Amino acid sequence: MNAYVITIATIVAINAISVCGLNVIVGYAGQISLGHAAFVGIGAYSAALLTTKAGLSFWAALPIVITICGLIGLLLGLPSLRVREDFLAITTIGINFIIEAVFLYIPFFGGALGIGGIPRIVLFGVKLKAFAFFSLCLFFLFVVLIICWWFTRSWAGLASFALREEEEAAASLGISPVRVKLLAFVIGTAMAGLGGALYAHYMRFISATDFSFPVSISLLSMLVLGGMGNLWAPLIGAVILGSLPEIFRPLVDYRIFFYTVLLLLMIRFQPAGLLGEKSMVRRIIASAMPGGKK
Amino acid sequence: MQLFIEQLLNGIAIGSIYALITLGLALVYGIMRILHVAHAAVYTVGAYTGLLVFKVTGSLWLTFLGGMIFCSLIGILIERFVYFPLLKHPPYVPLIASIAIMLSIEEICRLIAGPFILIFPAKLPFPEVSLGPVIISSTLSAVYCITAAVLLFLWIVSTRTEMGLAMRAASQDIPIADAMGINSHNIISATFIIGSSIAAVAGILVGIYYNQVYPTMGAVPAYKCLALIVVGGMGSVPGAVIASLLLGVAETLLIGYANIPLPRDALAFIAMIAVLMWRSEGLMGSR
Repeated sequence: MNAYVITIATIVAINAISVCGLNVIVGYAGQISLGHAAFVGIGAYSAALLTTKAGLSFWAALPIVITICGLIGLLLGLPSLRVREDFLAITTIGINFIIEAVFLYIPFFGGALGIGGIPRIVLFGVKLKAFAFFSLCLFFLFVVLIICWWFTRSWAGLASFALREEEEAAASLGISPVRVKLLAFVIGTAMAGLGGALYAHYMRFISATDFSFPVSISLLSMLVLGGMGNLWAPLIGAVILGSLPEIFRPLVDYRIFFYTVLLLLMIRFQPAGLLGEKSMVRRIIASAMPGGKK
Repeated sequence: MQLFIEQLLNGIAIGSIYALITLGLALVYGIMRILHVAHAAVYTVGAYTGLLVFKVTGSLWLTFLGGMIFCSLIGILIERFVYFPLLKHPPYVPLIASIAIMLSIEEICRLIAGPFILIFPAKLPFPEVSLGPVIISSTLSAVYCITAAVLLFLWIVSTRTEMGLAMRAASQDIPIADAMGINSHNIISATFIIGSSIAAVAGILVGIYYNQVYPTMGAVPAYKCLALIVVGGMGSVPGAVIASLLLGVAETLLIGYANIPLPRDALAFIAMIAVLMWRSEGLMGSR
């Protein structure tokens, strides 16, 4: 593999980790979040600050970063207890804009200059570069997918599915909406924090615009494209949307246009995503299986 | 004092422009429960169409008319081919579709007109008013007069005409309105025509006010106006207007006087989150 492919693959893997977190919040617990990039940003900034200003190593900083993100997720998940659907969507957009503004305007966070000089990750005395870093991202992606899989099998996961379908009915069965929603937010933002920390150490320079609202939209698009609530959706979405701009590269000026039109057509004709229930791919696979409905 | 009044007048003008954009959004949300982010793209298209018509004909009347007609057309296309078929899906689906439309329209504008800022050298034929030492420029008085005219028109349509009655009925309950013999789909299209025409007016006014037209001019209003319809009370038109005026004034005065470290664009969202936490029905909403 050449360096170009490895770079794109690494970014895809990091995005997939963040989108897995989004999947827990939006896909499993049904709490629409349009500000996910803000949580990725919090992860990236705390990792950057801990390693550059406090001088910690990546491995010492990582648990702190994940804890910080989880706690902020808990705090920012509180609005979801009070507002629903459209209101929650706009609230999370607002949170994204405010957090981006905080990064951009408060000198502690580097202001408009961002934070540079983030050290490389060192593992067993070796500085991780290119393929080694990509392998590390794959390892973390694997861990995150296992956690997601475990979540869907756990009691909390089943409770969150029930809550997603019908909040009142779930609550009447003794499921605490407060606890389940907050748990989903904490898990989701912690994963975003991990994605952010990896991003910071890969790019080694971060600025506020890396985590602006359009980034949240592209993360959500990946999830929607893959199929919300499906375990593999983040991976599929991140791979497709990560590689499309590269495939469209010969079109130079028109590639963002094609990308947005594709997103529009996808959501218009396959709103459940590629792997969602009732989607085209699902139907084809189901009918190809022995005994499947034609 | 004079500076304060001038700042206040500017703030009201900015608030009026917000109000014009937010109106369409509030109307659409009221009737379809869709967060119409692409409305800001319609507004950008309005500014570009207006500029094109102005360059070709030089007539201000045709500028506004052309912008309004073209934007209505786009509004109806968005409604018929994207929003209406998606109504049965959860609300995030039309929202993402809307964001995709917004981004692709921005791209089309950039591809056709180029990524640079175009100037809009029109002069609006409104008088300059001087109140003592304070002078209201002709652009400012144009913004005030046109906003007032649009608001008056909307108020007459919604309270004095049969279509307004049908619009209010459809925004309360579409199936019941259908049962009463109202063709609610036509009413929805009419709402889009009105909302998109107002967006075109807003786009042209902003183009002339700042003397700038560029592809991403809708990016900030798109999301700020979502916050405004929340602050005003979801779907409430008077609430949206009041919230817009308050925000316009607050932004201008805070930037002028208080030295806050946050950018002005974050203010709308802070206000919105405060409203959602303490008075979630908004300024004029009802539960």
